[in-house]
Amino acid sequence: MRLEYFQMLDRVLALDPESGRIRAECLVPDRSPVFEGHFPGHPIMPGVLMIEAIAQTGGWLILARARFDRMAFLAQVREAKLRGFVAPGHTLAAEAHLVHDGSGYAIASGRLDLHGRTVAEAEITYRIVPFPTEGLRGAMIEAARRVAMPEEWLRGA
Amino acid sequence: MASTFETVAGIISETCDIPREKITPESHAINDLGIDSLDFLDVAFAIDKAFGIKMPLEQWTQEVNDGKVSSDRYFVLKDLSANIDSLVAAKAA
Repeated sequence: MRLEYFQMLDRVLALDPESGRIRAECLVPDRSPVFEGHFPGHPIMPGVLMIEAIAQTGGWLILARARFDRMAFLAQVREAKLRGFVAPGHTLAAEAHLVHDGSGYAIASGRLDLHGRTVAEAEITYRIVPFPTEGLRGAMIEAARRVAMPEEWLRGA
Repeated sequence: MASTFETVAGIISETCDIPREKITPESHAINDLGIDSLDFLDVAFAIDKAFGIKMPLEQWTQEVNDGKVSSDRYFVLKDLSANIDSLVAAKAA
């Protein structure tokens, strides 16, 4: 994770776009400017960034399903629950599955686990739209390679 | 069994917190009921789920934006209900 750059996922571990499932890991950094403020002397992962990590996990799944022809933007967060604190230096297991693949929108449900215990969960609605710029599309493909998205799902991109 | 319109009206009432009695077959989801695009996603999800279909919202929106059809055709509830019926029939065929 590079929190200050909103890079929440480090590696995609399993991806099955057809059945609508993804697993990934997120390495919470030992240090980040975010921890300087959240909180002074007591660094913990901000809950909103845990929700963002869930949203990005589902987002990668949706981008893979669309073979990077469309972009997924966060539209709604439902049923968000932050069940535990996450300190720097831990590895979070992220999972998401597709709840509904609509026309121009999608809904995914996801969670973050720490040592087998769920620390955050949420249901995310995305707007699915054409990439606003080719530059963004290229950047997302590059980022997908950084998180080891299987190359086959970048094809057609 | 509830009519398509009754089901749609119930979904809109519950999802958008609009009194059921304000929702008529002639109501325009956006212009009359004031449903915004985000709330309409919730409505679309509930309709897709209730009827086992995938409403082609992107295509409808494109046709309206291109000026090919009036938004009434897709967003007046009696017309929306008829479109849902067509999608259900097409799926069953």
